[in-house]
This record gives sequence, C-alpha cells and structure tokens, in this order.
Amino acid sequence: MISPDDSQGPVCPRYEPGEPVALFVPCYIDQFYPQVGEATVRLLARLGVPVVFPRRQTCCGQPAFNSGYWHEARQVIRQFSRTFAEYRYIVCPSASCAAMCRVFFAQADPDAEVRRIGARVMELTEFLVDAMGVTDTGSWFPHKVTFHSGCHGRRELGILRQPLRLLDSVGGLQYVELPDMDECCGFGGTFSVKMPGLSVAMGQTKAENILKTGAEVVCSVDISCLMHIAGIMRRQPAMRRIRAMHIAEVLASEKNGAKPGESAPTPC
Amino acid sequence: MPDDTPDLHGAPFLGDQIRGLYEPSGPRALAESAERSTRHNQQIAASIPSWQEWREAANQIKHYAVANLDKLLIEFERSITARGATVLWAEDAEQANRHVLEIARQHGVKTVVKSKSMVTEELELNAKLEAAGIRTVETDLGEYLVQLAGQRPTHIVTPALHLSAEDVGRLFAEKLGEPFTAEHAALTATARKHLRQEFIRAEMGISGVNFAIADTGTLCVVENEGNAGLATSAPPVHVALMGIEKVIPSIEYLPQFLNLLARSGTGQKLTTYTHLFHGATPGQELYVIILDNGRTRALADAAARMSLFCIRCGACLNACPVYRRTGGWAYGWVYPGPIGAALTPHLVGLRQAGTLPFASSLCGACGEVCPVGIDLPHQLVHLRHRAVSEPSPMRSWRERLTWRLWAWAMRGPLRYALAMGLIKTALRAARWLPWHPGKLGAWTRGRGLPHVPPGSFRRWWRRHGEQFAPAGVLKGEDHNDEQP
Repeated sequence: MISPDDSQGPVCPRYEPGEPVALFVPCYIDQFYPQVGEATVRLLARLGVPVVFPRRQTCCGQPAFNSGYWHEARQVIRQFSRTFAEYRYIVCPSASCAAMCRVFFAQADPDAEVRRIGARVMELTEFLVDAMGVTDTGSWFPHKVTFHSGCHGRRELGILRQPLRLLDSVGGLQYVELPDMDECCGFGGTFSVKMPGLSVAMGQTKAENILKTGAEVVCSVDISCLMHIAGIMRRQPAMRRIRAMHIAEVLASEKNGAKPGESAPTPC
Repeated sequence: MPDDTPDLHGAPFLGDQIRGLYEPSGPRALAESAERSTRHNQQIAASIPSWQEWREAANQIKHYAVANLDKLLIEFERSITARGATVLWAEDAEQANRHVLEIARQHGVKTVVKSKSMVTEELELNAKLEAAGIRTVETDLGEYLVQLAGQRPTHIVTPALHLSAEDVGRLFAEKLGEPFTAEHAALTATARKHLRQEFIRAEMGISGVNFAIADTGTLCVVENEGNAGLATSAPPVHVALMGIEKVIPSIEYLPQFLNLLARSGTGQKLTTYTHLFHGATPGQELYVIILDNGRTRALADAAARMSLFCIRCGACLNACPVYRRTGGWAYGWVYPGPIGAALTPHLVGLRQAGTLPFASSLCGACGEVCPVGIDLPHQLVHLRHRAVSEPSPMRSWRERLTWRLWAWAMRGPLRYALAMGLIKTALRAARWLPWHPGKLGAWTRGRGLPHVPPGSFRRWWRRHGEQFAPAGVLKGEDHNDEQP
C-alpha cells in the first residue's frame, strides 16, 4: 500500500509467442456478460495468443472474502488454485478479480502454493501491454469514449496506463477523460447491497460525471462497476443513451468486423 | 452512561440506517471541503519527489516504535520524569479521568482550558470535569464552536467542518449574546475576546500529545491558532494526555513526521506552531497521562497492529467517499472515517463497533493518502473477518449459511451451473415483480437490474472454443466432471 506503483511489479515473465494462456472468466461475466468473455477470446486470438479455458473454474472467492467469510472464501480459492495450477499465464478480464488473486489470496490463505498461483493472474490489458508488449490492438471503434478505472485495479495493481495506452491506439476513437476519475463509483461488491443508500449516492456522482463528458460509451476494465453505474444511468432519461462496455469489447471491435456493442446485447 | 460502555448511538451504519447522515449545513459543504483538502494534499505530495520514501520511512519508524512500546514507553517515562514531569498510567478512560480529577483537586482547579485533543474525547473528559464542578473550556476554535453548540466533532483535524460561517454567527448570538455576523474576521475576533478571559482565569491547561519522544523525554504538540501554546503555558498546571502509541524512539525522527503530518492534515508545510516541551517549565507542574483504553487489543492482533501507526492527520477522512457523504457523526464515536472504522472496533470492541469496517467500498483511497502507509483497506477486510466470526452485530447465522451454500456451489462446475441457473431464473422472474425483498430490493431501489442473457460464456466456449484453443488442448480440457 505504501507505493501503489511498486505493487504492480512484473508478475509474469515476458510472454513467449505461441504459448497458451489460461483464461479466467469471473462468474458474473460468465453468466451476465458472456460477450465480454467472447470479446476477450477474439481479441487474444487476433493477437495470436492461443487460449485455454479450464472448465472447472468458477469464482475467485472475492465476494465471501470481502464480506469477512474467509473460511468459505478459502474453499473457493483452493478450487481456483487447483484449476489453474498448471498454467503459467492466467488472464482475466476483470481488474478486481485479478487483484483478489494477486493481492488478497495471500491475506485469505496461508498456503504458499495458492499465493504463487494467484500471483500469476493478470488483468487483460495488463497482460497485453506489460507481458506481451502490445501497444496497438488494431482496433476500430469510431465513438466518443470515456474510461472508468476500477479502484481495485488501480490502487492494488496499479492498472491505469495500460488500458489508456490501448484505448489511445484504437482507430476512430475519441477519448474524453472522466472528471474525478479516481473516485470510487460506489459498487464495492456486497457494499452495494449492504449500504445501498451510500452506494447509489456514490454511483450517482459517477454517473453525472460520465454524463458531463458527453461520451457515447463508458468503458472499464471492470464490468462489475459498470453493472452498478449502468443500473443507475438506466433510471435517468438523460443518461440512457450512454452505453457501458467492457474495454475488451471496445478493443475487439474491428473496422470490417462485427462490432460487439451492436451484435451482442448491451451490458446495461 | 457508565464509563466502560462508550455510547455509539446504537450500531452505526447497520442496514444503512445512518445516524447523523448529512450534518446540519448539508453534505455539499462537507464534501466540498474534504475534496478540496484531498486535491490540495495530492498537489503537495506530487510536488515532493521523495514523498513515497518519506512515507516508507515513517512507516518503518512506526513499525519499530509499536513493536517496542514496552521499552520505549518506560524510556520515555524515565527521561521525562528526570526533567521534572509526573507520569501517570491509565488502563482505561475511567482511570484516566480519575487521574485528571485528582490533579485538579490537588491544585484547587476551578477552570480548565483545553487545547484540541482527540484522546480526551475518548474519555468524555469535559463532561466528567463539568460534573465535578470544574468549568471546562475548549480553546481550539473548531472545538470551541462544537462545545458551544453541544455537539461532537465531525472531523479529527477540523472538528467544526460541518458548520458554516452563518451557523457560527447564530451560535455566537445565541450563546454569547454577540450581534449576528457571518464575517470571518469578526467571528474570529469574538472567539478571541471570549477565550482570552478563559486563558487568564484557568488554573489548569489540558492538551493532547502529537509525539512523545523517548530518548529526550520531550512532548511535541502541533497547532495553528496559538491556543495550545497559551493553554499549556498560562495556567500553573499542564496535564498532557496521550495514547500509548504516540511514543517515537528519538527526536531525530521527529522532522520525518512533522514533514508528513501538516502536509497531509491541512496542506501546510509545517503547522504555525510546533511546541516541544522538554519536561516541566520552571514554576509549572507538568503531568503526563499515558492511556491504553483498548490500544493493547489492537497491539495483540498482529494483523491490526498498523492501525496504531496513525498520526491523526485526517487525510483518510478527506479522501473517503463514504465519509464525505456521511460526515463524522455517522461513525458513532470519536474517530470517524476509514481510520475510525479500522481503530474503533479495537478500542471499544466489535460488539459496539462491528458494523464500522463494512462502511467502506474498499476503494482504497484512504490507504493511498495515508502518510504513514497504513494499509487501511486491508485493515478493514481483516476486521470484517473478525466481525463475522466474533460476537458483533455483523455475526449472522443466516449470512454464514448463505456463504456456506455459495462456497459449496462454487466448488465444482456442475453445481456452479445449477446455482447460476437458479439465480438467473429468479432474476428473470424478479423483473415482473413490483417489489423485491432483501438484498435484491436493496439493489433495485436505486438501480436497474442487469440484462439476464440466456446463455453463458462457457456455453459459447463449448460451441466455439475449439477454433481459439491450441491444438489438442480443448479436448483435454473438456472434463465437466465434479471435483472428487
């Protein structure tokens, strides 16, 4: 916590072309935002990365861990570790879940092997920029886009420059910075239903800031934040036209290919 | 109210029933002021290239100090006693209050002037002194206002953050009989005029302590208004109260902390006044009361020890999006904001304060600004774990059962698919219901539900995954069986 920039360190050796990557698709993405998982796969495939999806995966254990139920969380963390034990690269399209694996496994579970496996988990944009050295994903997304950085990703893993760098390379994309970008949106996992009044009040501020940018699309490395923000925006006529998308969906868009935002149902 | 049961106004934050939510002058003023402070602090931190090294060093010194409290406190006692001070120890608030009352009795004290001290808020010392017939006057302007209004501080550095100039004008008109004005200079002059008389009259001054320096036997008190200087030097008796965690090993380390404290607290390079008391001043009695009041409970919990590193700068309060919206009273006790949520459960027990660690989205803004590098969000999850495992308002068998079921469902792909299917069916049905119970209702009262798609990613992968997987791998991966 002392220096957020130190905590991000290189967790993986540099990616060797052709090596398969294990995809961890967090439970809520799997069930509620399958298009995010699809976009992640298509994007990785376009960049020549073979993808493996270990079928026994379920969840990283974060909901129980953050709620204080560490014994229950540990059982799920162990399931995660068994599932991903053999993979050198574990890529996840959620910064918050990646932070759970990389930072909080150590707090939740004394097992050193669990910690080692957790330490291999990388968030998608982090993997692309830091492990692969990608600076241009060859994407085409001709829209005005703003970016919401999730707190877990930014403060626990130092993820911010990677997604911004990739967005910068997207053809046709007009980036507008979100005012008070580093403010929490108020989702906070179970916080959103344990303290709903506060959670919505924080989300409302975030939604108003998004509206201020005039962006058509708000994207993030965490669709969980967007589920909350979009849930708030949907209730307000002025904000309804703003689409909430995972950054993988933006990056997977190509000039002549299908635009995930249009072919798949919008996340909100 | 008995001494050993601090009044937390019920369980703060439980079920979002937030007491004191939005204090009098409205949430905007408080939020804006806190935001301003944070932005200011960020600029200051950014202007110092070695800011992170400073924090790291302070963190290391505190590590050492807190790990060696047993030795350092004794060394401090010895060295300050040699300089003519009297050191008294207090295990809890009651004992500390008895010490203060006894000193007051010995010296025939009728009026006490106090400079700002959070630790005396823990003791509810003002009420105890007043009950013993001793007039007690807060001399820090913010504390003075809060005392006049009969309120509690909302912030540990700026106690009257919630009062506007108009509020203060009305307060002075009502309590001091002054003509109403909202003009800052006039209000300050009024406070000055009234407080000056108190300094002259008082027989005893009470202060807190920012740093107790073991090797030299020195007390350090920082302030901006000059009131602490007067309160500790004008009366013939000075009583300084400190928590056990205030001790640092050497005066060599003091600049390290002074550099961080003012910058993080008020955005100054240094506070206007930095007082160093090298023992008692000739002609004056100096008493130092060293208080535990639950701090050793934090010390005993290895994972929570860092909560004792706090130097009370208030930066985490200003940075916290929850604090900005609720203000300080919502936290129910003396220390609000993230540090309050991390510290209060140790000081008053989880039974009283078990809800506090949940009053956070775990965004980590607090940990980012903390000048001594306390891992606040990690402290909070640790306390959440304790709050659901030990007697506290958050321990619930129903919730435990829910998470047991969840953990069972998450331990194999088939169970997972079953559980997710049930949840998605329920959510689809919920769309048609006008009212939602429990946590679902908590979500939908302020937010729409997400779209519930028919399929899942894994279903898509079963159909299309082969084209993306390395040759032969998919087949090997395709075991959907349960874990043995």
